[in-house]
Amino acid sequence: MATHLILRKIFKTGIVTEPAVKADPSLRTREQELHEEILKVFGQAVAIRHVDAGSCNGCELEIHAINGPHYNIDGMGVKFSASPRHVDVLLVTGPVSRHMEEALKRAYDATPEPKWVVAMGECACTGGMFGESYASCGKISNVIPVDVEIPGCPPTPVALLQGILAAVGKGRK
Amino acid sequence: MRIGEHDWNLDPIGRHIWRGQLEVGQLLALAREVKEEGGQLVALWGADDRRLGGGFSIHAAFLTSSGLAWATSALSADAPVYPDLAHIFPQADRMQRATFDLLGIRAESAVDDRKWLRHNAWAEGDFPLRKDFTRLTPHASRLTEVDAYPFIRVQGDGVHEIPVGPIHAGTIEPGHFRFSVIGDRVLRLEERFGYTHKGIEKRFEGMDIATGAKLAGRVSGDSHSAFAWSCCMAVEMATASEVPERALWLRALFLEIERVANHLGDLGYLGNDVALTFGFMQFWRLKEDWLRMSAKLFGHRYLFDCIVPGGVAADIDNAGMIELGGICARIEAEVQELKAIYDEHATLQDRFANTGICKPDLAARLGFTGLAGRASAQAWDARAQFPQAPYDQLDVNMATQRRGDVLARAEVRFAEVHESLRLIREILKRLPTGEIRAPLKPVQAMCEGLGWVEGWRGGVLVAVRIDASGKLDRVHPHDPSWQNWPLLEIGMLGNIVPDFPLINKSFNLSYSGPDL
Ligand code: SF4
Repeated sequence: MATHLILRKIFKTGIVTEPAVKADPSLRTREQELHEEILKVFGQAVAIRHVDAGSCNGCELEIHAINGPHYNIDGMGVKFSASPRHVDVLLVTGPVSRHMEEALKRAYDATPEPKWVVAMGECACTGGMFGESYASCGKISNVIPVDVEIPGCPPTPVALLQGILAAVGKGRK
Repeated sequence: MRIGEHDWNLDPIGRHIWRGQLEVGQLLALAREVKEEGGQLVALWGADDRRLGGGFSIHAAFLTSSGLAWATSALSADAPVYPDLAHIFPQADRMQRATFDLLGIRAESAVDDRKWLRHNAWAEGDFPLRKDFTRLTPHASRLTEVDAYPFIRVQGDGVHEIPVGPIHAGTIEPGHFRFSVIGDRVLRLEERFGYTHKGIEKRFEGMDIATGAKLAGRVSGDSHSAFAWSCCMAVEMATASEVPERALWLRALFLEIERVANHLGDLGYLGNDVALTFGFMQFWRLKEDWLRMSAKLFGHRYLFDCIVPGGVAADIDNAGMIELGGICARIEAEVQELKAIYDEHATLQDRFANTGICKPDLAARLGFTGLAGRASAQAWDARAQFPQAPYDQLDVNMATQRRGDVLARAEVRFAEVHESLRLIREILKRLPTGEIRAPLKPVQAMCEGLGWVEGWRGGVLVAVRIDASGKLDRVHPHDPSWQNWPLLEIGMLGNIVPDFPLINKSFNLSYSGPDL
């Protein structure tokens, strides 16, 4: 019975996925070493590990959102992974709280080379409203090297995807 | 104010909000009487009043049959101690420990006096919320003491531990869970938080009011409107400022939009966690449509900074009302369709029912609150029982369940989505005309206020003290996750480890909110 209802709903809904987002190279903070060879291998597919280094959880809402049907990130070759050991990109949110500093460094060290770090959100780019304090190290680049910074509080899903794609090269052709 | 047998020295400072100074010895007696009449402890925090000629102070907010009672007791500067409240209200335990970590105020003879928020950013004996703590950098030994937290060990044949976090497998906030298990069955779950502590309360000090309201909205981003409204309510109470009628109605509109957005997301994830990806995709499609509507009509997908001191910063016109009304009708119909599928789906029902149970009697004893509390028969909803304007004119229907399992928490969410959609249409119908913002009255002398809003997760409270120059002197934001996290430890008992993501999601508590 449920199967019947599910199928009916799927047919009624149709495909809601929108045209794929393009990379926004202006978000790059440094000239990355984009080895042609590497890009050939995963220029079209990228695995990401998200690390919340102390965010307010607002940025996470948009990471969830890009996993929804409007964005079809699987179709762009973007995949979230459970371990830093399996990924190309660390997507880091929040200012880095002092209590997450060590865990973030370890996640960075555990990510195999070549790797890219995307700092997502105002807090990750500048420290945001939390700034630097006895409990906050401020922006991500104070703790680990950052390749792409995506401003916004939180950045929209489109900005987020443009940033992720900018990190790994040309993005989807 | 009358609680139990006695009249307490508490006077009304707002609708359903009472305030008073008590001798510290009386605090315990007050707590007992609140408990006896079936009330709860909502929040507990401290302050450093030494610059004001006093010592320290301890603040407690109780939920009573006539509203929220905010009691304050002065403590000495040299030996700031107050009686332990955790033996009456167990939810006080972590709040008391955090208050000690931040201020050095101690709950006398508390059973659990382990650190809570402090890991290694500041040394034992340092208290960051004391006014004479001005250091901006961490103390030197931070890398040596990585985590010396004394977990409670379960011993016996075949028991082993599974440590999880602070970084989790999914996209969620950081925290640590220590499972003690035999096979797959959980004997004990112990939580260790404080990883996202970023010094928010210290950050408020010296801030102007408008910036403070923005920061309050970022205590927990998924509850932006609830925190921003609470903070604004508190400063408006402190400064005795009037807020235009239309602004109050728009605030309620934003709060209900926020509730719908979060519930839609959670209902999708609950499906996902029992391998019904269809549910995730459908609910997140609806949520995305909802967020885009917010961005289009009010300028932000999560309505950030739409609630400001003195009113609101976003309005709605006739065309917007028609559009919002239309999407409400569509979402309501679609959620009904999806509910029918969730109801019919055997695997989903099998995984939801009898999983992660928190029984009503235990829930009452431990102070279970908010939407998860309502799923365990804790029938509290400030919008229904102690309504602030405009809820006093809206007749909110509270949703409750008695089962206390994942299924009950899903059912409450379904019911609340429908109720919020009804409220949104009601608000649109009756939205008063006029201004949406008025200037705050200028601050003449030090003043205090408290805001209390039923957010999607539960009651959010913000207490504010403004100094004579109009800057924030002390702000304490309280997230309902403080009370509810310990119930997750209870709900996990006897369940299997693979059900943890599902049970955890059915609570969906905040880390950043209580870590501050
Ligand atoms: S950028 Fe904004 S949404 Fe993201 S963590 Fe910071 S305050 Fe929260």
